[in-house]
Amino acid sequence: MVSVRRSTVIDAPIEAVWEILRDFNGHDRWHPAVRRSRLDGGKRTDQVSAVRNFELTEGAHLREQLLSMSDEDHSFRYAIVESEIPLHNYIAEVSLKPVTDGNGTFWSWSSRFDTPKGREKELEQLVAEGVYQAGFEAVRTRLERQRSGSLSSDRPLTRSTATASNAGLPGMAMGINRYGGPEELQSVEVVAPPPGPGEVRLRQSAIGVNYIDVYCRSGYFNLLKPPGVPGMEAVGVVESVGSGVRHLSAGQRVGYACPPVGAYATVRTMPAALVVPLPDRIDDVTAAAALLKGMSAEFLLHRVHPVKKGDVVLVYAPAGGVGRILCQWANHLGATVIGATSSEEKARIARAAGAHHVLLPGAASLEDQVKALTRGHGADVIYDAVGRDSFDHSVAALATCGHLVSFGQASGDIGARDISSLASKSATISRPNFGHYTDTPQKVAAITKRLFDAIDRHIISIEIGQRFPLSRAADAHRALEARETTGSTVLIPDDNQKGKI
Amino acid sequence: MARVYTSTVIAAPADRVWSVVRDFNALPAWTDFVVDSRIEEGLPSDKIGCVRAFRLEDGGFIREKLLALSDFDYSCSYAILESPMGVENYIATLRLIPVTDGGQTFAEWSAEFDCAPEREDELVEQIATNVFLGGLTSLKSRLGG
Repeated sequence: MVSVRRSTVIDAPIEAVWEILRDFNGHDRWHPAVRRSRLDGGKRTDQVSAVRNFELTEGAHLREQLLSMSDEDHSFRYAIVESEIPLHNYIAEVSLKPVTDGNGTFWSWSSRFDTPKGREKELEQLVAEGVYQAGFEAVRTRLERQRSGSLSSDRPLTRSTATASNAGLPGMAMGINRYGGPEELQSVEVVAPPPGPGEVRLRQSAIGVNYIDVYCRSGYFNLLKPPGVPGMEAVGVVESVGSGVRHLSAGQRVGYACPPVGAYATVRTMPAALVVPLPDRIDDVTAAAALLKGMSAEFLLHRVHPVKKGDVVLVYAPAGGVGRILCQWANHLGATVIGATSSEEKARIARAAGAHHVLLPGAASLEDQVKALTRGHGADVIYDAVGRDSFDHSVAALATCGHLVSFGQASGDIGARDISSLASKSATISRPNFGHYTDTPQKVAAITKRLFDAIDRHIISIEIGQRFPLSRAADAHRALEARETTGSTVLIPDDNQKGKI
Repeated sequence: MARVYTSTVIAAPADRVWSVVRDFNALPAWTDFVVDSRIEEGLPSDKIGCVRAFRLEDGGFIREKLLALSDFDYSCSYAILESPMGVENYIATLRLIPVTDGGQTFAEWSAEFDCAPEREDELVEQIATNVFLGGLTSLKSRLGG
């Protein structure tokens, strides 16, 4: 009896790896040793007892039967039932485990089998290196390509996707060829390639605009490498799904809010794990306006700093997209909500959103105004995306043991700071990153569930402040940068606007 | 039934990691939160059924019984007999699996237990972060990452 065990760590979430491996009949799509795979008649790829017929790259044939499969344990076992290679009584197990300390996956592939006498070493080597280790490398490469591929399906700017075959879905996107001002956003023809394993192709109907898109366009963040297409969130309909995608089907309404960038487009192919089905009761434009900002508000208020009844919460830009939701939700949670804004018009919006008090620039500093309102207590938590201009005021306005959540820098980089002064009030400062709270389907599902529930129960309402045709994305950026917008800004693909769809 | 699962990858061969964690009485040697530990009744620390009694940095006192130990599987299971945490039927397993591709070790530490429903989230978080992740992190730093 020969026993083989190989294992590796893949730098990708367990769901992404499992989506590839789980397709028992799909190994010919990624394993270099397998030229063709087909199932014996009538069975499904995830049906226990299914038999796959492999034609190997070297020409040998073998048949393998699925003995067990568990989505819960991310594992399956199979046996060789017929083989031109003398592997007898061969039973193998593939098993994945999450590396919770990070976002990787431990992958173990093991088997036991008998061989003709004298060929143990040779066949052990074949299985261990030619099958298992080669499989590890193939999946690793595939996931890396998927990652950079979806960044550069943003590559449509080069138009080299002509090779993406006739099955490519043509569309339009607003992309940049270099970092710069809003004028760099130009209309380009794009082709969304057919979805590969674990991917989905969407026809998009509404695209959310966020300040992070400005950072991507200007080069402040390097999430986008020109030429490329910005945009973090959109809503649309599933046009087709790749193999192994189980939670989505063609025709379904879906949305996403996450890197990689590339949402400013009418069509898009992307990893299915990042895409969530939308409840019928939430329309496209609302969802496109709500996802990124609402998900941000959800983790800011429930995960970064769980806001509780009686907390004094200070929100900057309370009339903006995230700010308005923060005010509504914090008010519902029983907090005393203070908004800090720049004009009486925005103050009215903030009050309507649930801010109990609104501070305007005046004779007294922000911190003095907060202290005066709270009888010297200060703010227990401050949500500050203003950055450079507000930072010192925020620290000064904190209560003892207060928490400054710095989640953006609309006014510029905060720069280096000395933390020793924080000791005077045992302050906590955190700098949360959207990506870390939304990097697995489980996290996204949990956050969107609470968000959709909050919309349903009218705890929060999403105000669509302004809509622009997708082709006028530059105007949307100008308005955002000039701080002329209120609520959320949404781009609508031009064809949809004309009612052509 | 609440469940906790924590895992990491340690840059050292499994044999070497196992030589550190195998000793049921060695928590003070590789964690930051256990200050002293002894095996009751003078039993050897690899005798199935032996009980380790240890004190935490914060003064908490815990007794745990060794349920299973396998040099073959690099795994160790134990149950809490007594603790200030307010958990019942607590059974945990620490297990190592070699990562053959690179000579590292995949380490997983998991537990199942019962508790008051309103405390479940807090306890899961506390055990996952402070005990398991904290323990694995200090183990990693002792073994060089």
